[in-house]
Amino acid sequence: MKFLRDLLDKQKPLFEKGGKLESLYYAFEAGETFMFSPKHTTGIKGAQVKDAIDLKRMMITVVIAMIPCLLFGIYNTGHQHFLATGGTTGLWEDFGDKTWVGVKLVLPIIIVAYAAGGIVEAIFAVIRKHPINEGFLVTGMLIPLVVPATTPLWQVALATVFAVVIAKEVFGGTGMNILNVAMTARAFLYFAYPAQISGDQVWTYLGDRTPVDGFSGATALAVVYNAGVDGTQSAVEALNLHNVEALNQSLFNFTNMFMGWIPGSIGETSTLMALVGALILIGTGVGSWKIIVSGFAGAYIMGFVMNLLAVNEYMALPPQYHWVMGGLAFGIVFMATDPVSASQTETGKWIYGLLIGILTVIIRVTNPAYPEGIMLAVLFMNVFAPLIDYYIVKANKTRRLQRATV
Amino acid sequence: MGRFSKAHSSKTDMSKIVKLKKGFDINMVGKAKQELADFARAQTFAIKPTDFIGLQRPKVLVNEGDTVKAGTPILIDKALDQVIYAAPVSGKVVEVKRGDRRKLLEVSILADATITYEQFGQVDIASLDRDALAAKLAASGIWPNIIQRPFGVVANPADTPKSIFISAFDTHPLAPDCAFALKGQERYLQAGIEALAKLTSGKVHLNIDGSKAVPAVFSNLKGAQMNKFSGPHPAGNVGVQIHHLDPMNKGEIAWTVSPSGVAQIGKFILEGIYDASKVIAVTGSELTKAAYVKTYSGACVSTFVKGNLNSGHVRVVSGNVLTGEKISLEGFLGFYHNQITVIPEGDYYEFMGWAKPTTRLSYHRALGLLSFLTPNKEFVLDSNGRGEERAFVQTGVFESVTPMDILPVYLLKAIMAEDYDEIEELGIYEIVEEDLALCEFVDVSKHPVQELVRKGIELIQYS
Repeated sequence: MKFLRDLLDKQKPLFEKGGKLESLYYAFEAGETFMFSPKHTTGIKGAQVKDAIDLKRMMITVVIAMIPCLLFGIYNTGHQHFLATGGTTGLWEDFGDKTWVGVKLVLPIIIVAYAAGGIVEAIFAVIRKHPINEGFLVTGMLIPLVVPATTPLWQVALATVFAVVIAKEVFGGTGMNILNVAMTARAFLYFAYPAQISGDQVWTYLGDRTPVDGFSGATALAVVYNAGVDGTQSAVEALNLHNVEALNQSLFNFTNMFMGWIPGSIGETSTLMALVGALILIGTGVGSWKIIVSGFAGAYIMGFVMNLLAVNEYMALPPQYHWVMGGLAFGIVFMATDPVSASQTETGKWIYGLLIGILTVIIRVTNPAYPEGIMLAVLFMNVFAPLIDYYIVKANKTRRLQRATV
Repeated sequence: MGRFSKAHSSKTDMSKIVKLKKGFDINMVGKAKQELADFARAQTFAIKPTDFIGLQRPKVLVNEGDTVKAGTPILIDKALDQVIYAAPVSGKVVEVKRGDRRKLLEVSILADATITYEQFGQVDIASLDRDALAAKLAASGIWPNIIQRPFGVVANPADTPKSIFISAFDTHPLAPDCAFALKGQERYLQAGIEALAKLTSGKVHLNIDGSKAVPAVFSNLKGAQMNKFSGPHPAGNVGVQIHHLDPMNKGEIAWTVSPSGVAQIGKFILEGIYDASKVIAVTGSELTKAAYVKTYSGACVSTFVKGNLNSGHVRVVSGNVLTGEKISLEGFLGFYHNQITVIPEGDYYEFMGWAKPTTRLSYHRALGLLSFLTPNKEFVLDSNGRGEERAFVQTGVFESVTPMDILPVYLLKAIMAEDYDEIEELGIYEIVEEDLALCEFVDVSKHPVQELVRKGIELIQYS
């Protein structure tokens, strides 16, 4: 590694004050600190030693936690393709082909997201003269996981650029943003290009092959929504019977949905993999267990309340189904726990998570326009998190004030 | 006590027992062995105005070449001129060192072989009124041992504090054992407590480590309320203890004194001299011999360190590694420090240092941080900055190492924004730097937390 270090040391004066490429210092610095953790030492006064953690390590932990979702998403993309086009029906048949289809679709999306966002980050770092934000390590992976595999690459690039600029850099970078960056990217796509991220046609990659007769590409959320409107069979029946003839198997039974063998955005389908990610986040202390637990609890409670008030079949859906359909699990584990946009007080985290769960189910069940609720619930609660914190902080101040006047 | 402090306290008679859960013990290699080492005695001693936070306009009263006794006035603060800062030893003033714009840095004294003392005469506490006692202490050089809360500055003798707090144990990394350092000083401690009791309108609180048996040196002291605190660091911080006993509110004043300061005050009462001697711990992983040594305030540390090093590239810290100050090999012990710590200097690059699995000490458990698997291990910590400063990202961690009903991140953000009302309402009166020092250690975003705390204090103090 000495060779690399020597190379960097040789180039460094170019980028330092007075050097020819001074304006690119932060771009250089990002590369340098990525390869070598810096040698600067603690100051004369204050803490003389520091904890071994840094922000890069914390962020990469989140990326690692997403890898189960990513790998599963890649394989499932291929699996859904083969199912829909009349290829094999067994889960593990044609493993190599399915993986290859998935890789071909997903990898470019990841590369585009990282490249587009990375360029924007670097431009801002150079213009605004601040270090490159490590937060993008996470955002660049989150965005691909919340879009369908069929999303055009230019839309991925546009959404990433939009989100990084509008949701983050205009506020001053990672740590200053109000909204979750990846959710903003998805919301941008959802409202700007609804044809490519909603409906029944986008969730399964067909390529140049034709789907099997009677195939419907609807998601589970769309199926239960229609069951609610239709009213001829219960929501669970509708799920279990959906596509059975065409695919020769029950796609939306509970186990399948929990495992994630269903159409949907790349990384969101598997509740199991999201829970593996949750275990990593909670185990490492990087994600707040309070938000995750209260998020799932909120969805269950609201699902249960819907049952009590049920006037249609969707409202009568057993609450645990809300956990395994759509992106709720992924959203609660990876989006809601973003420490910057979430509530920052410990009591606030309980309220914040609970309301995300509750709102998700309300939006799903009662809103005809948006079959999936987690995206809007997270963004909505991002906006409300400071209000929750305001009251928690105010309570702290009040306790102090009351003590003084007693 | 706040809902968030997770502390339990119960009252038994007068004294309180407080069990704290939040915090973090930094367990390091290089604990001082419980013995007095035979290091060569220090030759020079310095009094550094920079040790006394809030000392605004120092004025030197001696010239280079003057001979002084222990207790001879060396400098005063023109803003609080009844308080004398006195020579810790007798000898010759060898240097009055100034920095940029003639800022006074230190006055150093070459010590006599046998120390002679200014004679102030014994003090009969009962016969003096409060103000006369305060004036006598202030004129002797002993007074700067008394610190005022809020702000953590040298107390003003004209104030009457609501209570006086003594933390009789230290939970900082490699901190000295107060009971060992004060062995045999019971008489002086008792006299010191009696003097302090006269200065306050309230109580003198003596806070001891609740996780151990009461050390003999403290067990028979009278005139103070004995409280027991247990839990990880910062349970031994007097600021944390005040928060749980009798929290600081706006407009109130309390005082704090270290146990060695109490003993020095007691000796002044009983014998009429300013004896600045104390037993300090010489600690750290880079020393061949880590032990205690008896010396005086402001000692030059070179005789304890040189020839006692097991490596070449070291940092000498006056005090502990959380709140101390980097000094040179020829540097002087800080007035308030009872410890020096020698650690490796950390100015090295590390290839992929942010991603490699590491057994280095961390409060966190993020990817590759393995130290949580070995909670009882003693660690060698160096001075590497471990990454660069970033905006606040991680939440909830500062709260988990601060056993007080305070929201550190909100307070620090208010200080950054210079929002005076917020700074006040979020509890600046209750803390000094050391109370949030652990936050600086565990911070993922590497903020200079203690510097910010002082900035916040000064914003309020001088507004």
